[in-house]
Amino acid sequence: MKPATKIIALSLASLALSLPLAAQAHRAFLLPTSTITAGNAPWVSIDAAAATDVFFMDHQPLKLDSLLITAPDGSNAKEENANTGKLRSSFDLHLEKIGTYKVSLLNNAVFANYKDKGVPKRWRGAAENISKEIPADAEDVVISQMQGRIETFVTNGKPSTKALEVTGKGLEMQAITHPNDLVAGENASFRLVLDGKPAANVSVSVIPGGIRYRQNLGEQTLTTDADGKLTITWKTAGMYWLEASVKDDKSTVKGAKERRANYSATLEVLPQ
Amino acid sequence: MRKLLPFAITSLLGSSAMAADLTVKLEVPRLNVAEYHRPYVAMWIEKSDQTFAGNLAVWYDLKKRDNEGLKYLKDLRQWWRRSGRDLQLPVDGVSGATRVVGEYTLNFAGDKGALAKLPAGDYQLVTEAAREGGGREVVKVPFQWGGKTEQNAKAQGSNELGAIALNIKP
Repeated sequence: MKPATKIIALSLASLALSLPLAAQAHRAFLLPTSTITAGNAPWVSIDAAAATDVFFMDHQPLKLDSLLITAPDGSNAKEENANTGKLRSSFDLHLEKIGTYKVSLLNNAVFANYKDKGVPKRWRGAAENISKEIPADAEDVVISQMQGRIETFVTNGKPSTKALEVTGKGLEMQAITHPNDLVAGENASFRLVLDGKPAANVSVSVIPGGIRYRQNLGEQTLTTDADGKLTITWKTAGMYWLEASVKDDKSTVKGAKERRANYSATLEVLPQ
Repeated sequence: MRKLLPFAITSLLGSSAMAADLTVKLEVPRLNVAEYHRPYVAMWIEKSDQTFAGNLAVWYDLKKRDNEGLKYLKDLRQWWRRSGRDLQLPVDGVSGATRVVGEYTLNFAGDKGALAKLPAGDYQLVTEAAREGGGREVVKVPFQWGGKTEQNAKAQGSNELGAIALNIKP
């Protein structure tokens, strides 16, 4: 029995590491040192963590295995100096091209609850391992698919839009206002898309960073319109965290009834 | 040559009849701070709806190794958003080195640069300063372009900029 216990403990640990959204209490984010840069191939450093309060890294680092960086020309850029510590992962990004980079952490996984000879079990892993990991005679098997996307945007010089193109998989944000052109006192519009199509009537939470230094969370809760659109008014400058989540039955994993798609983004708003 | 000459003279007369000359007096204030670096300064013209109409000047650190000074141009945030990020610096007749504390008189000929193409109307002269390890300030002075009388207008900065006065002579 000992090895089995160990595996469960391990898989639970990795669950906390890579899917903190599942544990509702923690918010996962990427936090760049700057979002607007200039000059001769500048660098930014980016932290990846899950924490109770946005941008205060007090809980878990995020795994960087599924990091995807899209360069201004649509090609993939590679992170450098990646490191995972106790509270955060971090990496550097060399902005060698002019324009906007999209930094995404993707989570594609399945959750399963089942009973093995009457004992309740939980498993999380890759869809292709379902048959390997879950015994053929397991009972009450409930599988759900998880598609998560955590993003931020960084621009060198003039903002561009090529990297902002959506992939058509899961929940994503389509820029109407450029995400690196946000200014306090102005409105910004975005469209949420689910599998590339407008995601109507989705609740979106927008939280400004810095809760440690104020009393109120300052959360704005918005709902996307019929066209998936939402408009945010930035009251003050700062780093903001935007999050949305949908549940439906459009799972692409065989045997999974439910699909849960999450999206979150870190957006910087500058003063006038 | 003979044939071209009358045409050249007319076009010259045409533009100078339309355009006035703009003079700006700008004060880089003395600040009582522990760490002082000369400010980056951008001066441009915006329309009454705040959209960009033309650059007059941008002062930045030209002497840093490997063009390192370009890195901080984004700290002139409003200018960067309106124009800077679209430019390839240096820009002839616009960019220059940062200046020490003092009062400066900048003359902009009405037939050159941004002013040459500026249609008559209401505008603002915008001056933005950002200082390494310090603050940032934007000061706006409204003016009218294309009028027939001499104009004087001024505004006072409070942190990073001192007095800014403009004079337009038709």
